[in-house]
Order: sequence, then structure tokens, then C-alpha cells
Amino acid sequence: MEAAVFILSLVDCCALIFLAVYFIITLSDLECDYINARACCSKLNRWVVPELVGQALATVLMLVSLHWFVFLLNLPVATWNMYRVWKVPMGNMGVFDPTEIHNRGQLKSHMKESMIKLGFHLLCFFIYLYSSVCV
Amino acid sequence: MSNTDFSSQNGAGGPPYANGPSQNPVALQPPGPGYMAHQTPYNPMQAKGPMPPGPGLYNSGPYQPIPPVSSNQALPGQPMLKRPPMGPQHSMTPPQSASPNPGSRIPPAHATPPPVSANNYQHAPAWQYGGTPPMGAPPSMGAPPPMAMPPLRPVGNHMTSSPSLATPQASSAEYRATPPVFHNAMQPLGPPTSLQGYTQQGSAPLLMNPMAAPHSYQPVMRAPYGGPPPSVRPTPPTTGPPMGNASPPLGPKTDAGPLPPQQPGPPTRHMGLSYPSLPPGYQNTSAPPNAATMQHPVQPSTQPYSHPPPYQQLSAGPAQLSPSLSGLSLQSQTPEALRVVNLLQERNLLPLGPVTPPTPCLPQDLQKINCHPEVFRSTLTSIPQTQSLLNKAKLPLGLLLHPFKDLSQLPVVTSSTIVRCRSCRTYINPFVTFLDQRRWKCNLCYRVNDVPEEFMYNPVSRSYGEPHKRPEVQNATLEFIAPSEYMLRPPQPAVYLIVLDVSHNAVETGYLDVVCQSLLENINALPGDSRTKIGFITFDSTIHFYNLQEGLSQPQMLIVSDIEDIFLPTPDSLLVNLNECKELVQDLLRSLPQMFGKTMETQCALGPALQAAFKLLSATGGRVSVFQTQLPSLGVGALKSREDPNQRASAKDIQHLSPATDFYKKLALDCSGQQVAVDLFLLSSQYCDLASLGCISRYSAGSVYYYPSYHQQHNPAGVECFQKDLKRYLTRKIGFEAVMRIRCSKGLSIHTFHGNFFVRSTDLLSLPNVNPDAGFAVQMSIEENLVDMQSVSFQAALLYTSSKGERRIRVHTMCLPVVNSLSDIFAGADVQAITCLLASMAVDRSVTASLSDARDAMTNASIDSLTSFRTSVLTIQQPGLLAPACLRLFPLYILALLKQKAFRTGTSTRLDDRVFAMCQLKYQPLAYVMLMIHPALYRVDDLTDEGALNVSERTIPQPRVQQLSVEKLSRDGAFLMDAGSVIYLWIGRNCNPNFLTQVLGLPNYAAVPLNMNMLPELDTAESQRTRAFVGWLREQRPFFPILHVIRDESPLKASFLQNMIEDRTESALSYYEFLLHIQQQVSK
Repeated sequence: MEAAVFILSLVDCCALIFLAVYFIITLSDLECDYINARACCSKLNRWVVPELVGQALATVLMLVSLHWFVFLLNLPVATWNMYRVWKVPMGNMGVFDPTEIHNRGQLKSHMKESMIKLGFHLLCFFIYLYSSVCV
Repeated sequence: MSNTDFSSQNGAGGPPYANGPSQNPVALQPPGPGYMAHQTPYNPMQAKGPMPPGPGLYNSGPYQPIPPVSSNQALPGQPMLKRPPMGPQHSMTPPQSASPNPGSRIPPAHATPPPVSANNYQHAPAWQYGGTPPMGAPPSMGAPPPMAMPPLRPVGNHMTSSPSLATPQASSAEYRATPPVFHNAMQPLGPPTSLQGYTQQGSAPLLMNPMAAPHSYQPVMRAPYGGPPPSVRPTPPTTGPPMGNASPPLGPKTDAGPLPPQQPGPPTRHMGLSYPSLPPGYQNTSAPPNAATMQHPVQPSTQPYSHPPPYQQLSAGPAQLSPSLSGLSLQSQTPEALRVVNLLQERNLLPLGPVTPPTPCLPQDLQKINCHPEVFRSTLTSIPQTQSLLNKAKLPLGLLLHPFKDLSQLPVVTSSTIVRCRSCRTYINPFVTFLDQRRWKCNLCYRVNDVPEEFMYNPVSRSYGEPHKRPEVQNATLEFIAPSEYMLRPPQPAVYLIVLDVSHNAVETGYLDVVCQSLLENINALPGDSRTKIGFITFDSTIHFYNLQEGLSQPQMLIVSDIEDIFLPTPDSLLVNLNECKELVQDLLRSLPQMFGKTMETQCALGPALQAAFKLLSATGGRVSVFQTQLPSLGVGALKSREDPNQRASAKDIQHLSPATDFYKKLALDCSGQQVAVDLFLLSSQYCDLASLGCISRYSAGSVYYYPSYHQQHNPAGVECFQKDLKRYLTRKIGFEAVMRIRCSKGLSIHTFHGNFFVRSTDLLSLPNVNPDAGFAVQMSIEENLVDMQSVSFQAALLYTSSKGERRIRVHTMCLPVVNSLSDIFAGADVQAITCLLASMAVDRSVTASLSDARDAMTNASIDSLTSFRTSVLTIQQPGLLAPACLRLFPLYILALLKQKAFRTGTSTRLDDRVFAMCQLKYQPLAYVMLMIHPALYRVDDLTDEGALNVSERTIPQPRVQQLSVEKLSRDGAFLMDAGSVIYLWIGRNCNPNFLTQVLGLPNYAAVPLNMNMLPELDTAESQRTRAFVGWLREQRPFFPILHVIRDESPLKASFLQNMIEDRTESALSYYEFLLHIQQQVSK
């Protein structure tokens, strides 16, 4: 059971890592002007909800298997993801809005956020890996 | 000197290049020769020709010499030829004297100056930033004229094509006329000014001020001018106080003797004595000459079209600058910007004329070719070296642009290769450095590029080997005719689509008559060529298309009632060639108002109509003009009323400033992708949710017009306004499928954009349409330290298709010095630009956060910057609220913003009015925004011709601007308030009966009607003066301000009084209270 939970988390985590890398690549494409804001944002917005679900899944898995430490580690990220989606203004086209992304350093903050998430997921990845091996 | 040169560029260059892209003769000519032919007058050499007397005079003025010579052009042969604006003077001058063939390029007259400048500049290293004040001074004197120049000719520039119609001869004649004027004016001016600058500085050393330290060069420079005239005395106080300590006591005493009455004023001020009794010298009306000098350094650019006055003043000023007065001019020099003003004690802060932008402290030769501040303006005319320095100053750094402004003089260059930097793609501009004849160094990325062969030939002088004299390198603003590399597809024709709301509500307002009538009248004036296309769509609950195909006997209406899935009934014949089908179009326009006269349909499907418009235009791109009178209620994009009128005044925070749906934004982005722009005319009496509807224009680079309570019978003033605006709208210049890129020197980057457009990539704005009335703003951040740079440059390049189907690039380049001390940053602060940028930022903030947040942010901006000034720049702490003179209006403007329709709280403001005000703050160019923020109040019952302007044979009186306080209103006067989009004429109860009869044509006060929007055309001098003045105010802007005559009982009195910014209202602080609040925060 334990092993199954961790292996599932591991897979989930891999997916999240890929997603974070994808976000970073797409954002840096935008930064370098390889793609335009519209295309970039519609690409990214498509993956905002899957990311949220993936993160929530990992969090819930940890909760049901009563791994409190890992759960608490995951909880803030999951909460942040939901908050982000929830606070999108009605007139915006999603978390990533092509008309705003170049304003107020949003591009940079999105980039930073993705980087931090990548780091976090890598950390989780090793925790899950270690745990599943230990089990 | 600078003037002449400038005039040469502007004036002489102008005629051939008059800006109407379409009619421009030059454009049609073959690149090389045609260009030359026209340009002959433009030749810089010629322009300089008249200057000979200059050199002699220049001896006294170290700065004057530089301009002509130091410009890089002189140095083509010099490998060393560096042209950094600030420091490199030494390098420039030596080359000249040593230059192998100076004679060939430089008239002897000019050759002389260099040595002089060389001496002065030797010390440049020390100067760096410190040098700025002295440098600044001369430019400040010299610069205004250049700025003033353009205004001299702007006459016709509102009409799209009219400017270009000016015949070459006419303008060249004009040009020729101008130089002499300038000479007279300027030359006397130059020497005294610089003299003073120096004397002033000379005294400075005594004071141990922070400023002085950096200026180690100062003593040296001053030496030549050693014998300070009597005027010297006054200066110390001026310089002293801001920085100083020891001197002030000395100052006042010494001054008192030799100086004119006002002079003592400043010193005392600094000493913290009571000023109220001693208004600052420059405000003192008692000394007109002084006033004149004072004014113009700051004046020229605030009011885009108003230049003539500053210019005239300028010419007057110098003449009056006799030695005895020379002392006064000190105040106009850069240190003046830092003179400490105690806001709590100084009541009368408004300058006599318009507020003028500071002049960047660049060497005069660079400054005189710098971009005109109306077109390109920076909040800080001295760029801080590092972001941390900028953060310390607490002032926003940003640019305000008006790139497609109607210009009366615009050089147009036709050439098969457009010279650009190979790495950053910057267009070659006056601020690049020529390393030698064959290589130039980009001023933005510092890459060294080759000069192409073709560029070696100078069509102006028809000579070879003078790349630095090409017009590209002589003009900071110019236009290229783009070759085919700049086209992704063949240039599109001008395409106009009119989308009209014909629901019951719309027909009721009677706007259809006005629109159709205006179109009929202006159908031949629509910008375009033989390919111009036009189409019409009307909508209520269904969408109606009009088949106007040639051969039909009358227009055919096609109704599409399936609004869920809109389609085009006959895709080919809905958009027709205007010339071929003009008859049918006119038929349609004549019958349209009647067609829907009896309609009972109240629903309105705006969303589907816009989708249809987008489909219709997506193949070509073009302009959609949407006329809408109510909340869209059907189909996609339907909106619900979100406003609760009862909450308007009481609500803690204003809700619903952001769009309710993303439909309009998405559609706007689709439009933007297909080069379609949507202009929105909102004529409504109830809530229309402009916050949502506005998105359609905002992201497709359209414009928004809003006429609240529009009704044909009930609101005749609104109708007139709509008519006039529509005329301007239909006939103004237009650019299609445009993009604008804003480049800046390495190390700087753009942080945020404000205006109507879609930001396609980090520095590229997509503008499906660009119109001459659109302004833009950007916020900048400093990403890398600018340590080794003396100056930075900004370049805005606008690539567009003219209505004649030509691809053109309009390039503006601005160069600004880099400084490393807070005091220099403050000295270069441009209070109007800062206010406008803050307003744009506050609009963003109120949409993303909340209105109260935005209000706090604005208040804090003024508190923070004044705190920073107090703690970091002032060395002596005095009581009171101290501000540098250049920012003395800052708290007032912030208070005005807080009371502006967009941001005010506590008073009942309709949500649409508020949102529209916000749109305008972001979209209007600076000059109009300033009037909307801080209206101008004039007393008009005693207009005289004294100091009047002469514009095209009309005499326009120039009354003084009054403070916006009821205290200034007197019952026996009449006052005119110019609030940008509306003008109020307030009649006092005991108003001079003469004024009533002679101007208003009314027997007495009681006869003043409650609704009066016109001044009768009476044949009296008073009436003529008043009408000339009002007419002149109106001419200066592209929209039509309504005139309301107001008396005590008028319903509009409340809105008039709301503009009395300095007074207290139930919900807002008075100016004095606001200052006390700031002071409290500052001294914490």
C-alpha cells in the first residue's frame, strides 16, 4: 500500500516536473519573442488546471496515507494553485492573460514561479523516491 | 545658434517633407535626386550661414560654440569621433581643430567656436553629472526656441491632409523668415545667460553644497567670466539654499541692494522667513521681463499647440535681458529646478503661462536636435545610473509618447536601404557615433556597424563622404518610406466599416441623422486613395448588411437573424470601393435615418454585430466604427447592468471597474491579429458598462468616445460636440496595420505599457490602426547599471501603412543624460510627465486592486518623493514642506488627480463616466491629460491685447492662469475654466455690465439663460477677443470642448465647482490640508 502510494506520487510528480519545464520553456520562448503572447498564453492556460489537479492529487494521496510532513509540504503549493485560478478577474482570459503578461513584470514573476515549482517538484521527487525505496 | 540650426531642420526640412504621408510630393519622387531637390533649403550649412556673428558672441558663452561644431558631423574624418552627449567634449573639440579638412565641412565661422568649447570641456571628466547644472542652463535658454519652432507652423495640422498641402515655397519662405528672428532673439540671450550661469556657479564654491563638490570643474569654467556683474549676488542665494548652508545669510543682504525688488524674494524664502508676503520672483507679476525669462525655459512643451506664446516670449525675453536684468535669468537655469520651495508658505505656485518641461542637460548641440517633448517625453530628464538610485528618488521612470502626432514639419526620406544597427535593429539617428567615415557605433547597443555605400552620398548637399550630414543623422524625428522588406503583404487599402445601433433606443436619440450627415459631408475627405473601401452594418436584435455592389439601382438590405452563428450573406459585395459606388453609399446614408424611424425593437445584439464586422474585415484589415447606445442584451457579449446608482457616492470602494466578460477582449485580440481596429462611440443615457465594452477598442488600438445623455433635442451641446468630434474623426490622418517598437539603450527595459494596443512581444506594440490623437506611456526599469554611460537613448519606430497605401516608418529618437546623484535626478524631474504616468499607473492599480489602493498609492508617491528630497538632497532641515522648484506643483497635481472624475470618491460619479475618465488618462496625450487633471482658470471680463498672441492674423489675448480656488473668483468678474473636454464660463453676480452686453449680448445678469453654449458673434472688441480666445483654446486639441455659460443657479455649477481643486469639499481635503497631511507624513 505504502509503496503503491509513493509510486503513484512519483509518477504524478514526474508529470508535474515535465509540466513545470514546459511552462519554463514556453515562457522563455515568449521572452525571446519566438512565439507571440496570444499563442503562449493559450498554450499555458490549457495546462493550468491539469497542474492544479496533479498537485491536489499528490496532496490528497499524502493526506490519506497519513504522511503529515509531506502533506504539509504539498499543501501550500496546492493552495497557491487554487488561489491563483480563483483570483483571475472576470475579464481575463485565464491565469496567463496575453494582454497583461508583458506588463508589470508578470512574465518574470511567472517565470520565477515556475522555477520555484520545478525546484519543489524535484525535491518532492526525491522524497517520494526515497520513501518508496525505504518502504 | 541652436535655433537657427533647428529651424533649418525643422523649417527648411519641413516644406518638402510636410507630413501628410499621402500628398507628400517627396514621397513620390525617386529616392536620390528628388530628395535633394527639395532639400536644398534644408542644408544645415545654409542654415548656419546666417550665424557668422555668432562666434564673436560666443566667447562669453562657453556653450554656444559647441553646438554647431561639436555635433559629430564635424568629425567625419576623425577616427576618434565619439559623440557621447555628455562627457566627450574634449574628444570632439580637438578633432575639429585638428581635423584634416575642417574647412570643407565647417564654415569658418563655426570653426572658431570649437577652441572655446574645448577649453571649457577639458574638465569634462569632473563634470559628469555635476556638469549638468551649468550645461543645463544654456540649453534651457536655448532649447525652448527649438521647441517653440514647430508650433509656429502647426496651423493646419489637425486636418489630416491639410498640412501636407502647404506648398513648399510657402513653408520654405517661412523658414527663411524665421532664422533672422532667432538670431536677434538668441544671440543677445546667449551670452548673458551663460554668464550668469557661471557667475552663479562662481559664487557657489563659497557654499559648501553637495552640488558643488561634484563640479570640480566649475571654478575653472568660471574663471573666464570672473568679473561677476552686479547680478552675481543674487545668485548665491538661489543656489545656496537648496544645497547650502553658510551663504544664505550673506545672500539676502547683498542681493537687496543691486537687485530688483523680487530678487530678495528667493533668498528670504530659503532662509525660511515668511514668504507669503514675498511671492517668488518668477511669479511676481511686477517684473514682466523677469517673468518672461523665467517662463520660457519651462514653457514650451506642455501645451502642444500653444507654442507660439512661449516662443514669442522667448524672443522678447532675450531682448530684455539687459545686463541689469541678467541676474534674474539665473532663476531659469537648472539650479532653479532645485530651488527649495516651502509649499506651506508659498501660495502662488502656478507659472504665468503653461508649465513647460525641463530641458535635458545635454550639450547644446545634442539638445537642439533632440526629439520634441510633445512627441517624446521622459518623466526624468536625467536618467539615474542604477535602479537603486531610482528607487531612492521614489519617482517613476517612464516615457510618454505621442508618436503619430500631426506635425507641421516632418522630414521624409526615401531610400532603398534604411540604415539600421545590425544587432539591435536601431535606426540610424542623430545620437550615434561615427568612428570614421565608414563606421558608426550604435547608441543603443554599442555595436560598430558599417556605413553602407549609398549612405555616403548626401542628397542634401549633393556631396559624397558626409554620412553625418544625412537627414537621418540630423533629425530626431523623421519618416522613411519603407521598401518592400517592410511588408508582409501588399499594403492594405483604407477600409472603413460603420456599425450602427438602430434599436429603438438608438433611433430615439437621433444620432443616426448626425452620423449619416457627417459621413455625407466628409465622404470625400475620408483619407484614402482609389482603393478605399467602405461598408455598413446596422443591428438591433438582428444584423443587417447592405449590399452596395455596383450596378444595383439602390442599396439592398440583407438581414441575418441567426445571431448565434453569424455569417456573411454575400461576402464580396458588402465592402465596396468607395469611388465606384459613391452614389449608392450616398443613397444609403440619406435613407438610413428614415429606415428605422418606426422601429420598436429594443434589443441590441452588439456582440454578433462585432463578430460580423470582424469577419467582414478580416481579409483586409481596417477600421470599424461602432456606434452604440445601450447595454448589449442579446447574443454573445450580452451584459448585465452592474451599477447600483444608490451606491455611487456612499460605496467604500468602487466595484466593477474591470470587464465583466472576456468576450470583448478576445474579439479585440482576434481583430488585432487581422489588423482590424474598433473605435467605439458610446452615446447613452443609462449605464452601458464601458468597462467591458471598452476592451474592444483598448486591445485593438481603437479609440473610445463617450457622450453621456446624448439626445438630439434635450442635449444640443452634446450634439454639437459629437458632430465636431465626428468630423475630426472621419478626416484625420490614419495609419493601418501598424506596429510600434520602443527600443532603449542597453541596461534599460520596458516594464509596463499604457495605452490602447496589444503588446505583442516585450517591446513591440501591435496597432491595427494608429491615429494622430493617441498617446502612449511606458514605465521603464533599469536592469543593468548604466555606470559607463554618459547618456542613454530611446527610439520609438512606428511602421504603418498610410491611407494612400504607402508603407512608412516614423522614427523618434530621444537622448537623455545619465546622472549619479539624487539632486540631479530631482533637478531633471518633469512634474507633468510624472503626474501623467502616475495617473496611468493608478488606473491600472484601481482595476487590478482597488480604487482606494490607487488613491493611497498616488498620495504616497508624493509623500515618498518629497521625503526622499528632504532626506537625501537637502542638507539643512528647515521647517515646512520643502519641495524642489521643479516639483512644486507635484502635490497640487496629485490632489487634482485625487479629485479627478476617475479617482474621486464621495461624490456621485457614474461608473461609465469614471471608466471613461480612466480610459482618457491612459490614452490621451500628455497635454490634454494635464488639462483634464488640472484645468486652467482665466479671468476673461478684462481681456486685453497686452501680451496677446498673433496667430494667422488673429489677436489672441493671453490672460493669466489663476489658481483653482473659489477665492479667486470675484462676483464682479467672469471666469473661463478650460477643463480639456469642456469649457465653463462662469459669470459673477455683479459682473461688469459691459461684459454682459458686449460679449454675451445680454442686458443684465438675470438674463443669462441657464443653458447657454454659444457666445454670440457680436461686433465688439470684447466679444471678438473672448471668441478668439475660446476659439484658440479649442483649436489646440483634437476634440471639441463644449462651452457652458454658468451662473449661480445653473445646474452645471456643481461640476464647475468640483474643478476648484484647491478648495475643500465634503469628501476631499483642501490643498492646504493636503499639504499639511503630506508634511506630517514627510516629517515622520
